[in-house]
Order: sequence, then structure tokens, then C-alpha cells
Amino acid sequence: MNYFIQLVVSGIVLGSIYALVALGFVLIYKATRVINFAQGELLMAGAYIAFALMVQLHLPFWSALLVTILLSALLGLIIEMLILKPLIGEPIISIVMITIGLSIVLKAVVEMIWGTETRVYPAIFSAHPIVLGTISVSKSYLFSLGAAITLFVIFHFFFKFSSTGTAMRAVADDQQAAQSMGINIKKVFAISWMVAALVAGIGGVLIGNINGINVSLGMFGLKVFPAVILGGLDSIPGAIIGGITIGVLESLSGGYLDPLVGGGVKTVAPFVILLVILLIKPYGLFGTEKIEKV
Amino acid sequence: MAIKCGIFKTSYRSDMAIWQTKNSRFWIALFFVSLAIFPFFASKYFLYMANIIAVGVIAAVGLNILTGFAGQISLGHGAFIGVGAYFAGYLTSQFNINFIPAFIAGGLVTAIVGMLFGLPSLRLKGFYLAIATMAAQFILAFMFIHLRSITGGSQGMIVSPPEIAGFSFDSDFSYYFLSTGTAIVMTLAAKNLIRGKFGRAFMAIRDNYIAAKTMGVNIFLYKIIAFGISSFYAGIAGALWAHYIQIITPEHFTISVSIEYLAIIIIGGLGNILGTIFGTIFIVALPELLRFVNGIVSAHYPMFVNLFDAIREGSFGLAIIGFLIFEPDGLAARWKTIKNYWKLWPFSY
Repeated sequence: MNYFIQLVVSGIVLGSIYALVALGFVLIYKATRVINFAQGELLMAGAYIAFALMVQLHLPFWSALLVTILLSALLGLIIEMLILKPLIGEPIISIVMITIGLSIVLKAVVEMIWGTETRVYPAIFSAHPIVLGTISVSKSYLFSLGAAITLFVIFHFFFKFSSTGTAMRAVADDQQAAQSMGINIKKVFAISWMVAALVAGIGGVLIGNINGINVSLGMFGLKVFPAVILGGLDSIPGAIIGGITIGVLESLSGGYLDPLVGGGVKTVAPFVILLVILLIKPYGLFGTEKIEKV
Repeated sequence: MAIKCGIFKTSYRSDMAIWQTKNSRFWIALFFVSLAIFPFFASKYFLYMANIIAVGVIAAVGLNILTGFAGQISLGHGAFIGVGAYFAGYLTSQFNINFIPAFIAGGLVTAIVGMLFGLPSLRLKGFYLAIATMAAQFILAFMFIHLRSITGGSQGMIVSPPEIAGFSFDSDFSYYFLSTGTAIVMTLAAKNLIRGKFGRAFMAIRDNYIAAKTMGVNIFLYKIIAFGISSFYAGIAGALWAHYIQIITPEHFTISVSIEYLAIIIIGGLGNILGTIFGTIFIVALPELLRFVNGIVSAHYPMFVNLFDAIREGSFGLAIIGFLIFEPDGLAARWKTIKNYWKLWPFSY
């Protein structure tokens, strides 16, 4: 039982980072209908930017986090302007491939600058875990979970009450109607990419605190697909619930099934679940159903 | 002398012809002759490259039938190639089955696996289908590593070179004829398939599936057929490749291979068989060219040696982005422009 709870807790923490990446993904998809295969690489970029600031420039953690957020948003803006803008209106395969190309380039750039070996952040939290009853949770886990929850609350209010958030929701709902109401769609597209990159960057810093970073961090971007498909492609609560569910399932299948077949179940389990969801409920738990009939 | 300013077709038959004019027939014949005499002059390195390109062309043509003509995105092509490689390798190495039946069986079994993973296309389109095929990719890759009794796990499976009628294709030189011959047959078959009933149905589904259905195209059937044909090509390519390399390991069938094949058909030109050949040559030659340049540069700046992997990856990604932004119709479109320019030269305005 103890083992089970321990697995669930680490699954929730991992899942909250999936949820952050999924949140960025859903934001971009909702507003611009672009499927971003490079979301994981944005997370990786954020993680390395923070690494450079903290280790190579010796900034303290909080100011490094702030600068990372700004630089990540800038990166998102540049990507949108250079790469996505020329492709507005192109078929879906072009958009899928260009974000795949982008992910390859981002990974290569990081590899050129920082190499392939795993880098570790300076310890910010003490290594002593917090003991809750019979289970122990490390402080960096709690910090990640807390940060993720805070971000979700901020985004909830941002979309509900701020004028930018409302504009983004309007564009997601109907681009033409939004434009005729005087909303600057280009600005909304740019903001969506900035916010998505920023959220991914924060996710990168959180994962860096837990595990240390290397270029395979981009794999997070692929893990996000089961999460968003489960939650529904265009639903923000769906992204959060989907992310956490996939994290827990991955952790449990890794804990119980990996010893039986000799590893690897962890990476494949989310995709088996994904196929099942696609077959029985393709638009996920909270996604908008699009019914087309001949 | 009259200047030719276009090709005039007076019958449907001539419009659908594979070799359109006497001129193109001449150039294609010349191309085949040069393919036939190439190995007698080429070095071992170029023979190796030619073999890799031939196998790549087979797999890429298969993917182009599915993605370029039928409009179904597949991120699982790499794994399908693996299925063909492992199945054919298993038959020849464990049961001593002759190469030709094993080779065809590899293609057929892959076709069945492909159709199975194509089933979600009944309900899914576009991005959803891409993700479903990506799931297929991860599930198959997991099986390659963990079905140790069949695949040999991460140590791999060792197969011997193919033997047909007592002749062993065990050198780059002899394999060239096997791989290029198969590639030519498969490419012509694809070209023929595309101009027939199947090709028309595929393109109708790609362009407007509601209209296609109204015209009486059985969408589901043709989507599954497209998956089947495409996977058959992948399986044949896998079987050929496995018996050439002679050791099959799971890392050759990862998602990056699937992405590479998608890149080939994007760079070559979606829905263009000739473009597929250009795309394959481009993607195979690009890292080799970079290796050559890197060799020169690193003689002066030794630090470039360590950066080579990243440079190779990065330029691969840049090539995808560049083509999508500046030449979305790929090398095939560029080829056509150049051809048209020379056809009317010097009055090409």
C-alpha cells in the first residue's frame, strides 16, 4: 500500500509537469489550430536557459526563473513570427512537419551549446524529504506541484477576466467572428505562442530541479499527446486532468509492470491508453465534438 | 525548325502514359542504362550509398502513396519497416526459408500489421490519425525490444545474405542489382497504381472525402488499402535492408526514422513519385555532404568534430523548415521549373 501511494504521489508530480506542457499545447491549438510537436523542446530550451543563468552566470534561483520566463516568451514570439506565420492556411501535414523540424533544430542548437551530458541544477531545496504519515515526499516535488497549481489558477483567472484572455478565447471559438469584433488575430497568435513557450519554460525549470536536464527532455513533448487526447485537444481543464492521469498511470505501470517484463512499459503504456481512447472516444473527455457526416 | 512550346495530347490514353514523349522515353532509357553500368565504375562507398538510396526509395514511395496520394499522415512508417525486416529475417535465419518467399512474406505480414493500425482511420482524420500512428510506432518499437525470443532484443538478429538460385548476394556490387532492380519494379508498380482506379480513389479521398463518398468511393476500404499498400512497401524495404546490413537492431526503426521518411516525401514533393526519388537522394546525401565539409573545416577548427552530430541533425531540421516555407511542393516542383525553362530556352518568358 505504501509503495502504491508513493507511486501515485510521484505520478502526480510528474503528471503536473505533463499538464504544464499540455497546457501550452492546448493554448496553441485552441487559438491557432496548430499542432505543436515542439512543445517538449520548448520545455528543454527553458530548462537550459535557466541552467545557463544559474550555473554559468550565477544568478540566484528566483531571478533566474524570472529571466527564464521572459526569454522563453521571447523565444515563442520569434518562432511564431519566423516559422508559423508563413504557414497559415497550409495543410495539416505541413504544419505537423514544420513543428517537427523546429523541434529537431531546437534540440540541435541546445546540443551545440551545452553538449549531450546530463547537467544538474544547484540544489535549491534541502535534500531532506518531508514525511507525511508513512510516505515521504521530497521538497522539490512539492515545489513543482505547488508551482503547477499556482499557474493553473493564474491561467484560469487570466482567461476568465483579463481582456487578452477573453480575446484569446474568442479567437479560439471563431476566428472570423473575433476579427470582425475588432480583435487583432495576429497579436493573439503571437501571445498564444509566447504564453505556451513561457509555460513550457517553467515546466523545464521544475523538471530541472527534480531530475537534472539533458537533451532527451524533448521526449516530454511526445508524452503530452496521450494527455491532451485523453483530456480533449481544446480543453484547458482537460489538459490538466489528462496530464495528471497519464503521469499517475505511467508511474503505476512503471512500478508494477516494469519488473515483470524487464523495463520499458513506462514509455509505452500511455500510448496503449491513447489508442484505446482514440478508438472509443476520439475527442477525449472534455474536447469539443466535431460531427461530420456524409 | 519549329520550336516546341508544349505537349499536345489528343487521347486520354496518351495523357495517362507514363513516358509522355519520345524525348522523355530517350532520357529514361539513358537513365536505366546508366543505372546498369554505374556499379562497374563506382567505388564501394558509392555502391553502399546506392543500395541505401534504393531501399529508401521503396519505403518512401510506399509512404508517399499513403500520405501524398491518399492524404493519411503516418508517423509509424519506421516501425512498419522494422516489422518487414524482423519477419523476413526470422524466416530466413530460423527456418532457412528461401529469400524470395521470405521477402514477399515480410511485405505481406507488414501489410496486415499496417492495415490493423490503419483501422483507427475509420474514425480519425488529420492530427488524430497522426497521433494514432505514432502510438503504433511506440508500441511496435517496444515489441522489437521486448519480444526477445523472436527479435533478439537489443542485441539484434543476425541474418545471412540472400541467396537466389544458388547465387549469393553478399557484396555491395551484387546487392546493387537486387536492390535497384526491386526499387525500379516497385516504383513502376506505384506509378501504374496511381494512374489507375486506386490512385484516383486515393486522390479523391485526399482532396475531399465527402465528395469522394458521394461519388461512390468506399472511403474506409480505400483508406485501409492505402495503409496496406504503403506498409507492403515498407515491409519489402525492411526485408531488403535487413539482408543487406545483416544485423537487425531495434534502434533502426525508431520514430526518427518515421520522421525522416516524412521529411523525404515533403522535400521531394507530396504526391509525386519522381520527387520521392529526389527526396531520398537528398536526405541520404545531405549528411554525407556535411561529413565531407565538416572534415575540411575540422582540419582547421578541431572543435567541429564533436559538434558534427548536432550539425547534422540541425541541418536536417532546417531542410524541412526551409522546404516547407520556400518550396512547399518540393524538389519535384523545382525540377519541373528547370525542365520547362530549358524546354523553351532561349525564349523562356
